[in-house]
Amino acid sequence: MTADLHHQTDGHPSGANQPGGPIELPANRSWLERHGRTLFTVLVRLALLALFLLFWQMMSGRYVDPLFISQPTDIWANLYEWARDGTLARNTWLTVQEIVLGFLFGASAGIVAGFALSIIRLLGDILDPYMIALYSIPKVALAPLFIIWFGIDVQMKVLLAAVTVFFLVYLNTSAGVRSVDRGLIDAVRLMGGSHREVITKVLLPGSMAGVITGLRVAVPYALIGAVVGELVASNRGLGYLMLDSASQFNTAGVFAALAVITIIASVLNLGVSALDRRSSRWKPVEG
Amino acid sequence: MGAVLEVVDLEKSFLKDEKRIVALRGFSLEVVEGSFVTILGRSGCGKTTLLNIMAGLLARSSGQVAYRGQPVTGPRTEIAYLTQHDTLMPWRDVQRNVEMPLEMRGVRRAERRRIARNLIETVGLAGFERHYPRELSGGMRRRAGLARMLSTEPETFLLDEPFGALDAQLRTELQAELLRLWHGSGKTVVFITHDLEEALLLGDRVVVLGPVGRILLDEQIGLPRPREDPENIRLDSAFIALYGRVSSALKEGAR
Repeated sequence: MTADLHHQTDGHPSGANQPGGPIELPANRSWLERHGRTLFTVLVRLALLALFLLFWQMMSGRYVDPLFISQPTDIWANLYEWARDGTLARNTWLTVQEIVLGFLFGASAGIVAGFALSIIRLLGDILDPYMIALYSIPKVALAPLFIIWFGIDVQMKVLLAAVTVFFLVYLNTSAGVRSVDRGLIDAVRLMGGSHREVITKVLLPGSMAGVITGLRVAVPYALIGAVVGELVASNRGLGYLMLDSASQFNTAGVFAALAVITIIASVLNLGVSALDRRSSRWKPVEG
Repeated sequence: MGAVLEVVDLEKSFLKDEKRIVALRGFSLEVVEGSFVTILGRSGCGKTTLLNIMAGLLARSSGQVAYRGQPVTGPRTEIAYLTQHDTLMPWRDVQRNVEMPLEMRGVRRAERRRIARNLIETVGLAGFERHYPRELSGGMRRRAGLARMLSTEPETFLLDEPFGALDAQLRTELQAELLRLWHGSGKTVVFITHDLEEALLLGDRVVVLGPVGRILLDEQIGLPRPREDPENIRLDSAFIALYGRVSSALKEGAR
């Protein structure tokens, strides 16, 4: 357990090379052994996608009316056209703004409410059934109300996304606060910690796992909120682009907008899982 | 020397549904300053409840608990309490866990670092300062908890089955270390255990508890110190006689 011994294992997160503990050895694996499986998975994934597009292309026009399923080349042409005349950038940017703003507002309100109502226990108990009732409302049902309040401009979509995000973050945050080990709170009291220190040094860091779960779950819902808002009523944005294409029986346009939305969703999910990996080191053993 | 901790006619009951569950009744105890008292009892006899009340974490139903003549109404920084389960903050590494009580006292950063580093070395965790609790074994977590407890130099220690969850060898090792840290320090220790041998090997005095905290036996342990060699002490005739008396007291209490 000497310092010298420890330096050899620096960078390894386990308490290895302690007498009686596990032993760490270099694994000496080749590049292919280490990355072979990942490489294979990625290659097969790409091949599958290519095969699917090819099949689609062949089916369209030959066996199925292109009015229903369009075809990949048309969709690509449509995307290219939109990209060239600026339609794509303008509408995508608007939708992304709605997603980001909705997420930020909803998440911050959800975190604040989650902490406040868990720390002030009585208030939380009183409001709990109302929160659950509001959570159970399908958020699309609020769209007409928001249209009356804000019209069909950006605010309504931001609000719709924010409301959806709020409840998910709120519920996960308060679950996180409630799951904090009672023993840890007692430990801080025994150290002579004040009520404020119990909150800042135990409840806040202890509930981080819950907060992050809430944020992670909520990210795709911000997208859903924004796009649904655009589908209900709008004159700009990806949802509008989709609706507008459909009303002109431009199936390729519908698919093009759908493809952009899918890409946005994937990017958001990638970001979330990167965040998740970074915060997992100190997680309790059971977690 | 006088009594540091004084418990008089303590009663504690919990409300469960519409029933009152009595955990402790008519319990009295005086702990002399600088002594090592072990409290022995089977599980469910109210040992942990007693310690929680003495530590100021739990309110009593009636009776008095006084520390140096002052009634205990909440946690006091002169009293350190090592609970049965680890309460290290999982999001802090060993170093920052040990520093935590010092942070609460407003000790400056450099000073905190120095004290924590020394303590981590004292408990044999040097080299593991940057490890998080989940990356340590159970025994190492106990050591870290011990270091955190020692960081504010308390006068009195309440220990609740601190080595209960460890394997026999590690327990012996940590018992010896605890005695080494305590011996000659003048600190008071109240040590709870359900292990008869542990109670006799560590303490100056053993208090045997029965149901609802009834004292079945309260006896001085006259074994010489330092007790570095538990193997030989176990063969000592005084130890064997004491073992017999405590063991029969425990059996009697079970009836």
